[in-house]
Amino acid sequence: MQPAGSVVPQVPAPIAAALRPLPLLLLRPPLAMLAVRIRDRHPELFERLGPHAAKRFGLDPTDLPFAFVLEPRPAAPSVTPVRQLPRDLDVRIAGPLGALLGMVDGAFDGDALFFSRSLQVEGDMEALLALRNAVDDACIDLRRIALSPLGPAADPLDRAFRRVRAAAGRVAAHRTESRSWN
Amino acid sequence: MELICPAGTPAALKAAVAAGADAVYCGFRDETNARNFPGLNFSRDELRAGIEHAHRGGVRVLVAVNTFPRAGAIEVWHRAVDDAVAAGADALILADLGLLAYAANRHPGQRLHVSVQAAAANPDAIGFYVEAFGVRRVVLPRVLSVPEIAAIVREIDCETEVFVFGGLCVMAEGRCSLSSYATGQSPNMQGVCSPAGHVRYEERDGRMLSRLGRFTINAFGPGEAAGYPTLCKGRFATDLGTGYLFEDPVSLDAASLLPALRDAGVTALKIEGRQRSRAYTERVVGGFRDALAALAAGREIDTAALADLTEGQATTAGAYRKTWR
Repeated sequence: MQPAGSVVPQVPAPIAAALRPLPLLLLRPPLAMLAVRIRDRHPELFERLGPHAAKRFGLDPTDLPFAFVLEPRPAAPSVTPVRQLPRDLDVRIAGPLGALLGMVDGAFDGDALFFSRSLQVEGDMEALLALRNAVDDACIDLRRIALSPLGPAADPLDRAFRRVRAAAGRVAAHRTESRSWN
Repeated sequence: MELICPAGTPAALKAAVAAGADAVYCGFRDETNARNFPGLNFSRDELRAGIEHAHRGGVRVLVAVNTFPRAGAIEVWHRAVDDAVAAGADALILADLGLLAYAANRHPGQRLHVSVQAAAANPDAIGFYVEAFGVRRVVLPRVLSVPEIAAIVREIDCETEVFVFGGLCVMAEGRCSLSSYATGQSPNMQGVCSPAGHVRYEERDGRMLSRLGRFTINAFGPGEAAGYPTLCKGRFATDLGTGYLFEDPVSLDAASLLPALRDAGVTALKIEGRQRSRAYTERVVGGFRDALAALAAGREIDTAALADLTEGQATTAGAYRKTWR
């Protein structure tokens, strides 16, 4: 649940609705390519993950009509789109797409998202922390990795990604009055 | 005053250096330091590279070996001390008396700091560390008021470092056994308070339950800001009602007290948060660098800039400004 005053960027509802009929099969090849490219560029990520690389992580962007199952196996990493997350996952991470991307991008702090209730987590917390810390240390440039093979066709997507990043930057500069304990 | 900044990963170390840290503190990826969380901390090679990077930017690196060695495994802690010195650490942050003695004898030229985990909270205790081991700095526990800190500074022969932002421990640090009682693992010896393997979150009837071991320690209502799953920040049912007994979920923010801490003679300001992301490091270090610039220029210090990063989305001046509730 988003608390009042939360400023994590949200995918607009009409866009989410337009994405609903999208055949998930179409997402599989680019996501498979993305997983392999991240593996190739950031082998150090798996050292930090350690035994947790064998776990299954559910990533649930709450403002999209689908979710993802991440299996960060060093030999065969995969990101699989699903309509609904299966129940037998080790970890489930749910929050707006902007929050999930912002943690990868280094724009958001995961603990702060948790404190504000913008992020919900369930399951194996050791695996969750290992993934969060490994990804944070890897400084993954998702935009460059995902879009570079697309050439000129990448431009509109690039602009969309920049808008999300800019929104995250505004959040970073956002100043809220907090309660004072004493 | 120096700005001492947390780094849980090499990426956070680089972020702290870039954001204006005077020194960065970090630890090895094992039980020898008090932030032994999965996926966190430095290998030996990463520490060497991190120190080289920091030194190129004129930033010092302090290595925390600040847990208490287990009987029969002392060599793990000795190796951590030796490897930190070999990697070029500018200072070691230690809590255990035996480990301080080892470091002082084995590496007589090495700068030593007393960790907050030692809970050295009076001139006699601090004086002992100075006299016995030649320590150069003490990190003061978070239970002292500013006037108490000023009084201590007047009576001791070493530098003082105080926390100004982040997680707030109100216990006798290094001696708290609440988490040990619930999980069987000691924050003081295994290096982790509320180990992640014992923490569970569960959504039920619109509330988020947080559990540690077999204990449900809190239930957050819809939209209610949350805190870390530590027993000291749990809600307890008592004859007088249900609520927070030891500590609310809240972060320390002493930005407004920087003038008073300077006047008290404090040497260094410490930011808590090695378990946090590089985004946190970047913003908090940058925020306090701006605050120190404002202090030096006699300008007003912005005290609300980091509010959205705080635990429970709330801040406190903690014991620095003691009040009764």
